Amino acid sequence: MTRWGTTAAAVSLLALGLSACATTGTTAKPQTSAKPAEKAESKPLPKGLDGEASSGFPSTYVALPSRPTAFVGATVLTATGQQIENGVVVVQDGRILAVGGPETAIPAGVVTVDAKGKWITPGIIDSHSHLGVYPSPGVSAKSDGNEATDPNTAQVWAEHSVWPQDPGFNRARAGGVTTLQILPGSANLFGGRSVTLKNVPSTTMQGMKFPGAPYGVKMACGENPKRVYGGKSRSPSTAMGNVFGYRKAWIDAADYARKWDDYRAKKDKGEKADAPKRDLQLETLAGVLKGEILVQNHCYRGDEMAVMIDVAKEFGYKITMFHHAVESYKVAPLLAKEGICSATWASWTGFKMESLDGIDSNAAMVWKAGACVVIHSDDPIMTQRLNQEAAIAMTAGNKIGYGITRAEAIKWITANPAKAMGIADKTGSLEVGKAGDIVVWNRDPFSVYAQAEQVYIDGALTYDRNDKRYQPKSDFELGQPGQGAFN
Amino acid sequence: MIRSPLLYGLLAGAALCAVATGSASAQTFAIVNARIEPVSSAAIPSGTILVQNGKIAAVGAGVAVPAGVTTIDAKGGVVTPGLVAPSSNISASEIGGVRETRDDGTGNALSAGFDIAYSVNPASPMIGLARDGGVTSSAVTPVLSGAGGGSHEHADDGVVEEMTAGKDGGGDPPLFGGQAAFVRLKAGEADIVSKSKTAVTLSLGEAGARAAGGSRGAAIVLVKSALQDARAFARNRAAFEQGATRDYSLSRLDLEALVPVVQGKTPLLIRAHRASDIRLALKLAAEEKIRIMLEGAEEGWLVAGEIARAGVPVIVDTQADLPDSFETLGSRLDNAARLNAAGVTVAINGARDFNNLRQERLNAGLAVANGLPYPAALAAITLTPAKIWGMADQIGSLDVGKTADLVLWTGDPLETTTWADKVFVGGVEQPADSRQSQLRDRYAAGDNGMPPAYR
Repeated sequence: MTRWGTTAAAVSLLALGLSACATTGTTAKPQTSAKPAEKAESKPLPKGLDGEASSGFPSTYVALPSRPTAFVGATVLTATGQQIENGVVVVQDGRILAVGGPETAIPAGVVTVDAKGKWITPGIIDSHSHLGVYPSPGVSAKSDGNEATDPNTAQVWAEHSVWPQDPGFNRARAGGVTTLQILPGSANLFGGRSVTLKNVPSTTMQGMKFPGAPYGVKMACGENPKRVYGGKSRSPSTAMGNVFGYRKAWIDAADYARKWDDYRAKKDKGEKADAPKRDLQLETLAGVLKGEILVQNHCYRGDEMAVMIDVAKEFGYKITMFHHAVESYKVAPLLAKEGICSATWASWTGFKMESLDGIDSNAAMVWKAGACVVIHSDDPIMTQRLNQEAAIAMTAGNKIGYGITRAEAIKWITANPAKAMGIADKTGSLEVGKAGDIVVWNRDPFSVYAQAEQVYIDGALTYDRNDKRYQPKSDFELGQPGQGAFN
Repeated sequence: MIRSPLLYGLLAGAALCAVATGSASAQTFAIVNARIEPVSSAAIPSGTILVQNGKIAAVGAGVAVPAGVTTIDAKGGVVTPGLVAPSSNISASEIGGVRETRDDGTGNALSAGFDIAYSVNPASPMIGLARDGGVTSSAVTPVLSGAGGGSHEHADDGVVEEMTAGKDGGGDPPLFGGQAAFVRLKAGEADIVSKSKTAVTLSLGEAGARAAGGSRGAAIVLVKSALQDARAFARNRAAFEQGATRDYSLSRLDLEALVPVVQGKTPLLIRAHRASDIRLALKLAAEEKIRIMLEGAEEGWLVAGEIARAGVPVIVDTQADLPDSFETLGSRLDNAARLNAAGVTVAINGARDFNNLRQERLNAGLAVANGLPYPAALAAITLTPAKIWGMADQIGSLDVGKTADLVLWTGDPLETTTWADKVFVGGVEQPADSRQSQLRDRYAAGDNGMPPAYR
């Protein structure tokens, strides 16, 4: 399949990770060696010892069967700022072929779905999920989200903890969630790599893995790391201990990246060189320094965000998004200037000291400052209703006169998380060429009464509220009370 | 109700300066041009509600407003009774993760005697936040432990779990949690407790089993033994005082708390989730001839008929639809709808958490989206919880003679895009600002060249 071809290519490029840049990059090193260096037979390293050759854990995702479909008559929120009445959305070969008003041409041979009275949005994207790594049921045998054994576990990958049978994936899909970023937990300064999943049922993690999505690294500032390690009488036990931990790690990572750069430069010139020992922890961090792995930084307080920005500047990397950023409103102009997204809940506050100043208009105030807003869940219940969570955040802004429209607020749970996860070229808005990730709602999705009627992923119907054939159940749910029928 | 008029006046004066009249005394006013949801009767599409001396004096489409009475034009907004939270820790707990601020539980496995009324802090800033969501009163119940039942765990706090499993010591949840109270969320009151000792809480299921040393069977034996001891104690207190009885499994304080329970005067609020645990609770009530209420009941729909026949009211969290533990495998979004259809008295919780109480109305909306008739949903957050806590003679519906706890909403009270425009408790308009709104206003004001601390 073509899809698989592009997928494999994209993923192996990714898996090349840091070393890819070392070879293809415009190595600034002057090629001045006048005398011939010691030549040696350049033996390729065994795959697993070479980040460049390592194939990683490639996606085997294949879109479910679909048919060309035109949705006609719905109110369409495109997540590009438009609300189209009586709109038309055409999906073909898993991609969006056309979006527009009633005049939009519908190609012959396309199934037409009458969507009058309904609303259509892009698929919801939850940029902070622990589905699969903290699955239901929440028993210790399946508590795989926090490798809380060292303040730096950048070497672990959330995808290796994902249990694809987590019933929570099915609940989230019924809430319109088509894409999720699964993060390792927040016990550590560096928790490990995130993985982005297409929310399709699969027996393997690889079958859900979003083709071509970049990795993120989960960093946590604030109370969690210092509590976990302080509790074990280890560093960090304070906020300043946290920052020491970040800085030390980046110094080590920069050193590691340089060793590999040197090795590759020599090897390319045919010189004798010993390959550095591959270090999976530093490889992840070096990937950040090279701009290939996105920083997803759990950070509640505005003042701590400012410190994290300084750390990033000290070592030359970029923070993509602050998560749980309940105090973003205090530093909104800074976040706008630095181009950092804020992922928040609408109204959670006061459940711990660093969340005490959370306010329901946080997202709206960040939006007003011109910065990137994301509404995330971090929760298997809330992820099912991110549309309502966005509505609450929008309403809090409108209560103080901001006049935020649905066309704007829908971006908080679609286009903006896509951007912060590095997949905005593939999904997150209804634009020609993007994935046919679409939700058909029975009414205004910002209403408390709204329900996702149909959820399409890459143009394929993956959930239908009115058709049992499209209500998948996980293996775990079979034979249990209720049999996984949750509505 | 205990009140110190002097202290009340002082506090009220300080706290209520934002109120239009500048007075803490019950106002006389009329809200006109409103859609009125009395809850006890059909909605009035456009009507007037007259409040005099803190009580509801008239409600209807054709109510005449006496001369000189302040009128508030609702402009088509909706008036409902103040929402009643059926079970929460508001005012007894402040910040979930800060131990020093938590007064909603005890470490003892059998602590029926713990009285949460003594933990109540009327100055808690969370009260303002709850009122922001239209909540004007709440049952305050000792800490809920174990899975399910409406406690929202924050995944980012997964680490807490690992620490409490170790030396940080949250400890096992109690079987008997303690005695519940009922509070009115009125600003400026020195004492917001309307009623104390309103129930004794009991955890069955996984939490109860853990508290009892590992199994459900052990828990129920301990509970029955405790109830028997309470009966024996009540029959002959003198013998106990003289040391002339056998040893009891509970302390005197715990026995005292259970006496009204075994006498059928005070209900046991039983947290149970699995269908079999709910049946066990119903059986316990029948065998011991005690009154019970259920909280959690995620699998209640599987035994709805039995709950209805037993006449046991149920407090549910309508968001609970995950098999997040082995005792909530059958959780469904239409649990409330199915229970209601079977004739069960259903109250809807926002969340147990003080900080999510304002979700209560939205949880009722979610129940409507999943099949609960709108009037039942509105009742489930007003009149029903008032009834099950024995407060319905005073609050819970907009009936003449009842206390004027009411909310003027900008629209449908169950809708995400609506907010509470005015909140009255006992006929007194409540301050609209909370710590959160003050933070908002400080930072929304923008840069004036000085640090925000000056704003």
